[in-house]
Amino acid sequence: MALLDVQELQTYFHTEYGLVKAADKVTFHVNEGEIIGLVGESGCGKSVSILSVMRLIPSPPGETVGGKVIFEGKDLLKYQPNGREMRAIRGSKLTMIFQEPMTSLNPVLTVSRQLTETLELHLDMDKRAARERAIELLRMVGVPDAPRRIDDYPHQFSGGMRQRVMIAMALSCNPAVIFADEPTTAVDVTTQAQLLELMKDLVTRLNTSLVIVTHNLGVVARYAERIYVMYAGRIIESGRSEDIFGHPRHPYTVGLLNSVPRLGERHGTRKLIPIYGLPPNLINMPQTCAFLPRCTEKIGKCEKEPWPELRAVGDDHYISCYVDIKGK
Amino acid sequence: MPENPVESKPDDAMGAIAAPPRRSEWRRFVRVFFGRKLYLIGFIIVAIIVFTAIFAPLLTSYNPEKNDLPARLQTPNAEHWLGTDQMGRDILCRIIYGTRVSLIIGFSAVFASTIAGTIMGLAAAHYGGWVFAVIMRVADVLMALPAIILMMLIAGMLKGGGIWIVVFALGFGGIAPMCRMMCGQALSVKQNDYVMAARAVGMSNWRIMWTQIFPNAYPPLIVGLTMGIGGVVLGEAGLSFLGIGVQAPTPSWGGMVMDGQRFLLTNPLLSLMPGLAIMLLVFGFNMVGDGVRDAIDPRLRGVI
Amino acid sequence: MDESQNDMIVQVKNLKMYFPITRGLLRRKVADIKAVDDISFEIKRNETMGLVGESGCGKTTTGRCVLRLYEPTSGSIIFTGHDISKMPERKIQRYRKDMGAIWQDPFGSLNPRQSAGGIVGDPLKVHHMADKSELKDKVAELFRIVGLDPDMMDRVPHEFSGGQRQRIGVARALACSPSLIICDEPISALDVSIQAQIINLLEELQEKLGLTYLFIAHDLAVVQHISDRVGVMYLGRIMEIADSWELYENPLHPYTKALLSAIPIPDPVAEKTRTRIVLKGEVPSPVAPPPGCHFHPRCQMAIPECSQARPPLRDVGNGHYVACIRV
Repeated sequence: MALLDVQELQTYFHTEYGLVKAADKVTFHVNEGEIIGLVGESGCGKSVSILSVMRLIPSPPGETVGGKVIFEGKDLLKYQPNGREMRAIRGSKLTMIFQEPMTSLNPVLTVSRQLTETLELHLDMDKRAARERAIELLRMVGVPDAPRRIDDYPHQFSGGMRQRVMIAMALSCNPAVIFADEPTTAVDVTTQAQLLELMKDLVTRLNTSLVIVTHNLGVVARYAERIYVMYAGRIIESGRSEDIFGHPRHPYTVGLLNSVPRLGERHGTRKLIPIYGLPPNLINMPQTCAFLPRCTEKIGKCEKEPWPELRAVGDDHYISCYVDIKGK
Repeated sequence: MPENPVESKPDDAMGAIAAPPRRSEWRRFVRVFFGRKLYLIGFIIVAIIVFTAIFAPLLTSYNPEKNDLPARLQTPNAEHWLGTDQMGRDILCRIIYGTRVSLIIGFSAVFASTIAGTIMGLAAAHYGGWVFAVIMRVADVLMALPAIILMMLIAGMLKGGGIWIVVFALGFGGIAPMCRMMCGQALSVKQNDYVMAARAVGMSNWRIMWTQIFPNAYPPLIVGLTMGIGGVVLGEAGLSFLGIGVQAPTPSWGGMVMDGQRFLLTNPLLSLMPGLAIMLLVFGFNMVGDGVRDAIDPRLRGVI
Repeated sequence: MDESQNDMIVQVKNLKMYFPITRGLLRRKVADIKAVDDISFEIKRNETMGLVGESGCGKTTTGRCVLRLYEPTSGSIIFTGHDISKMPERKIQRYRKDMGAIWQDPFGSLNPRQSAGGIVGDPLKVHHMADKSELKDKVAELFRIVGLDPDMMDRVPHEFSGGQRQRIGVARALACSPSLIICDEPISALDVSIQAQIINLLEELQEKLGLTYLFIAHDLAVVQHISDRVGVMYLGRIMEIADSWELYENPLHPYTKALLSAIPIPDPVAEKTRTRIVLKGEVPSPVAPPPGCHFHPRCQMAIPECSQARPPLRDVGNGHYVACIRV
């Protein structure tokens, strides 16, 4: 049984220009102690999906209109977004790491206040125990000189260190699942490497599950066991990491992999193959596959039939496409 | 490489694609502006006021400045709907003509202060250094003086009390806030990459100022302008009430309020009606200003 | 200009760019941010020189010095045979015509109140390269070159997508037919599926128009893909310069090695066998950089001598230069 099972999640936004199906029938699951990747370009609905799971979608304009989020045998969508049950889970059992730590840490409170607050709230610790635990957490995420730095304010930390503080906060209550929304987009590559190694290390040690949400294919290739690729609000391909990168079956995934320059290609030897056209405008989309206008593999059926459901094309490998480009 | 699936023009070779459908700025403006009742009411009030000012002679058959002593201090009746004042002049007529005075003063003073303030603000932001320091300190000093005292000072010094002296007094008081706002805006616009890009292109500073900085700094200006009119009319009323504004017999709302206060117990309409007119005008322009602000750039809410 | 004798478009020699930090009313200088600290490199005609490094390493500042948007603290920038580093603003305009710039942020680098055609036409107007009647045709031609529909000329930037905006930026850079284009992170703000479109466009334009690029980016994979030569910067200094392939095959500087190993490859199988050098600590402040080699506090190979003197950028053959005393 999966630890977290998201089924047919639908989150819509009502905008002044029309209905945006930001997440449409998003289905994924997270097993215990597993790292999965949710990959897609900006606006594909990856962040909306995890915010929906956390019940953090601002309403209005957003609304989760359908689906199930089964966690520990209960459907989280049945709870009030800000009800007691949800608050008990959010921040303790399901936690988040955001892209920009400067905006997700409160600038006027010391790191110690922010760390101990969750501990006192969720784990009923007294002040001294919470502080000790907070220092231990900071040590764990590699903040040097933790006992002294714990009384600093967020702006006194560098970007990489702030992100470490975020990781410490996310870990503080021994969560079951951590959602990391573009955790390394705002930092440099060498810092990114530091943070990713750290996260991988910590979740393996603590047997926590980690969901990495990113647009960077490389980031998830090294760490994720399973990958979900999203496009225009839907999951269009999912499978084991080796299958997705080694034998992609959806034209979008194939296109994405062909369009990124890879390290160690001799200059001038390979021309990149871009995906033509633009990511779709999500407002009032047609019934057909959203990738259709950019697809190089489309067949007649694509134009007539609605966007296909996910179907199995291999062991634990699913695509949402009428065509199956096995040969490539 | 597979064939380009996008419906192609010959130029599509490198992946050109048609832009998304045009979204008219103007239509969005209209939709936001007229989408909210309060703004619409404000707009209607302003429209009525402007209409009244333009067509004043058609709306009343009386002369606002001609005394008719036998008919003085009448209460509302069929001939004089709002009654007459101590000189026997029709109140409604004077309010109608007063609209003209108020609007002329309002628009002129605000335009004058906007132009002066904009140039000073842009210059301060653009040249920086000493120019910035001098202009901003002068603005600080002007801001530190309460507006009404400043206006009294100017109006008192210039004596007389013609419309244009009032305009000058009120306009002068408006320069400092405009200048500060423009300077702040220009400084923040200056941070944008496109200003750097324009320099890299080889544009002169003067050209950058007018083609790159000013067009991006002016939206709050328009809002300030609209709201400023309400403020100036209020200021004019204040000056006239103190007797240093527009002088009799020119009909001015502030002057009418003052004239009427002696008869407040016997004939309250004398003061009340022009007071109401002032209130409506200020409210109308403020609402329009709010609407313009929200329609141009919702992020400005709270800034102005 | 004596181009026949010298096919170097740009020669940067001992460039230093310090930004003073001032305090108090009298704007007394208290320290310098040493954004660029004595670097030298040159770019040959029709070649792409890549500058790579992490944020704060001075790569963007270097680009802006070459464009003479900043006046360098010292050193010289010889552009097509003329030293522009100390030239007064008035004289520099003539050379600006011959340089284009593509900016990182396709949303911030286009004036939102100007039409796309106006933006692209600006350089032509500024340098009097087209009179009124020609202007429209020239702009339309530029639109076609970068793959935009000329019918969209009078639209304002917000009506375009990110990739299209960046094409507008490219068209503006091309307007005066410059010989050198400085690309400052031209794709890092774009969607993954759009990045390749812009890279390909830049490559095609280079081939067609014989352009020279200074390509500045933080992503070594992208830089390596597009550049002939690559310079690796760290804390205001160049650590290593080599041909792009050589740099990948035979990285010598410990920082380059760490940088290479930190870049994720979208291939789980390859990733499993790769060892990752995780650097300790963080980039020090450019206000008070460490003595000697700037990298030594984080370097795994550092020895006491590393903190003594600045290692010179020395030739190790094959057009490969490295600033490290340990290799």
